[in-house]
Amino acid sequence: MRRTLFESFTRRPFTEKLAAPADPEIARMAAELDVKARRRLGRGLSLRLVDAGSCNACELELNALSNPYYDLERFGLRFVASPRHADVLLVTGPVTKNMREALLRTYDAMPAPKWVVAVGDCAACGGLYAGSYACERGAAAVLPVDLRIAGCPPSPTQLLEGLLALVAS
Amino acid sequence: MTARDPSLPDPFDRLNGRIVAEHRPWPRIEVQTDAWAKAADRLSRGALTLLGLWGESHVVHMAVADTNDPSLILVLSLTCPEGRYPSVGRVHPPAIRLERAVADLFALVPVGPPDMRPWLDHGKWGVHAPLAAQQNDAQPAEEYGFLPVDGEDIHQLPVGPVHAGIIEPGHFRISADGETVVRLEERLGYTHKGVEALLQGADLQRAARLASRCSGDSTVAYGLAFAHAVEAALGWSPPTRAVRLRALMAELERLANHLGDVGAICNDGGFAIMLAHCSVLRESVLRQAAACFGHRLMMDRVVPGGVTTDLDAAGSARIVGLTGDIRRRFQRLIDLYDKTASLQDRTVGTGVLKPALAAQFGAGGYIGRASGRLCDARRWPGYAPYDELEFEIPVLQEGDVNARLWIRVREVEQSIRLIEQILVTLPDGPIRTENAIDPANPPAEGMAIVEGFRGDILAWVRIDAAGRIERCHLRDPSWFQWPLLEAAIEGNIVADFPICNKSFNCSYSGHDL
Repeated sequence: MRRTLFESFTRRPFTEKLAAPADPEIARMAAELDVKARRRLGRGLSLRLVDAGSCNACELELNALSNPYYDLERFGLRFVASPRHADVLLVTGPVTKNMREALLRTYDAMPAPKWVVAVGDCAACGGLYAGSYACERGAAAVLPVDLRIAGCPPSPTQLLEGLLALVAS
Repeated sequence: MTARDPSLPDPFDRLNGRIVAEHRPWPRIEVQTDAWAKAADRLSRGALTLLGLWGESHVVHMAVADTNDPSLILVLSLTCPEGRYPSVGRVHPPAIRLERAVADLFALVPVGPPDMRPWLDHGKWGVHAPLAAQQNDAQPAEEYGFLPVDGEDIHQLPVGPVHAGIIEPGHFRISADGETVVRLEERLGYTHKGVEALLQGADLQRAARLASRCSGDSTVAYGLAFAHAVEAALGWSPPTRAVRLRALMAELERLANHLGDVGAICNDGGFAIMLAHCSVLRESVLRQAAACFGHRLMMDRVVPGGVTTDLDAAGSARIVGLTGDIRRRFQRLIDLYDKTASLQDRTVGTGVLKPALAAQFGAGGYIGRASGRLCDARRWPGYAPYDELEFEIPVLQEGDVNARLWIRVREVEQSIRLIEQILVTLPDGPIRTENAIDPANPPAEGMAIVEGFRGDILAWVRIDAAGRIERCHLRDPSWFQWPLLEAAIEGNIVADFPICNKSFNCSYSGHDL
């Protein structure tokens, strides 16, 4: 343990600088967001994820955001356990009919102002599951979606670019 | 275990039926109810192990293996024109949830099961039995009846489907006496996407994409299982280089998942430094996967006929560097785990799964192997190229969180060994062969069992003359692991539920389909 901790003083951190966003689509969507409401929150956002039927690949990459390479919290973004503490609802998966109610209840439990981000192709448009008897066509079919982050699954870098669009002024 | 002891009675004896010629590589027989019931009886006595039970309109299929030689596999099919068949779950509990799922999707009803409640169907689809020959709009009761719990001072904790962390949705009904869990009841099905319905009529390309997304953490293993089943059905041989590259990707996937799990289990024991360092190792695997194969999780890289992405010399060098790096750094983390008494206090003796239960359920992966079950689909039934590679299968008897963690540690070491062997012996050549589907062919059926990081994945397909999927069933290892979590948590404190759950790490999406 001591050796592992001491090593942290001598080696460079794993955490990497983030390059400028590459996807103009995300910048465009961010510009459409309500800038005034965003100012009220400053540069801190609390995120709450609801898996609405994803294959769990999106969750793997969202979890990766907290690893030392990406270190999400340095940007003022953090995942919170309760929807009552959250500003942003992240939705993954095509929204299965079995998860629809739980998703809506989570959204209703969040205080306003609040935003919804559809993470991954399934949440963005239903993905491969569009047309299934068991699925809605993505998050927009049940909630007002403010931002879409495409990818199957989106990489942590794409996720960071998308989420930072919410706090950049 | 490798060869049958001839003194044991043959568990397939007098399981007679019409052999279906187009089913490969193991036999499928169409049986009558007496042979079906006989097989159920042998399952209940442990002579056979259940591999899967799935439906089709008017037909119910069951795959079983000889417990003493799991390379011997048989599929039994029972036609049930009345929509009823003798319940296997009545005598063999591992079949109960599978039968409930078959009833939800196909309206095929088991006769005499101990549990008739709907499982995947939560009454929200707007249709009942979506895959049945005749659909109807009848809905099950909205209110799901949880098992009753009586007793002084017992209180209940409903948890989920929305959980506190970044995990998949499922509901856990915990009944506790003070801090001690008296009963855990799971309710799953929240991520049911209707994958089997979407697969029907899909061409092979779309079907492979759907199969690869049954459980995102096992995308390579699912892609492989589906590809193996299709190739078995069509007599299609992928090139040797592709076979090796598939194994390379499968081992990278196993490595990434086990590294992530070891960190996450320790984190649930309140030891965050392991999570931080293990997640760095996991990230390094994913980055090399992206650099070599163009996708961090290697999704859609394994397809019927081969692989889509080749590995160049620079990629090989990257992976050699990666394995050396992990070998060096992971050992120190494991020493740290081994020497931290406060962490071991959380893992040793916690969430014990008894070997008898693991054997009864035929639990695969680290769950089975940590509870004394010598099993690994890479060896039994076995598939290329593992017959030419050297690796050990770790087995422990304790069955606690600590044992499940150590099995993962040992498997990380074995995966590194395998990766290094694969890279040394990687032959040159094409990475994919095309298959000309002969329209004169009758429907072809294939089955495969592949070892994902979590355990054995079963894939079964029937392909029609036009080369489309007529019916495909994918059985996640979690089907035989989720029920065991309910048993393992009993008598533990409520606060240890997360660490027990993480040590199982069952798939919700793979189970719910």
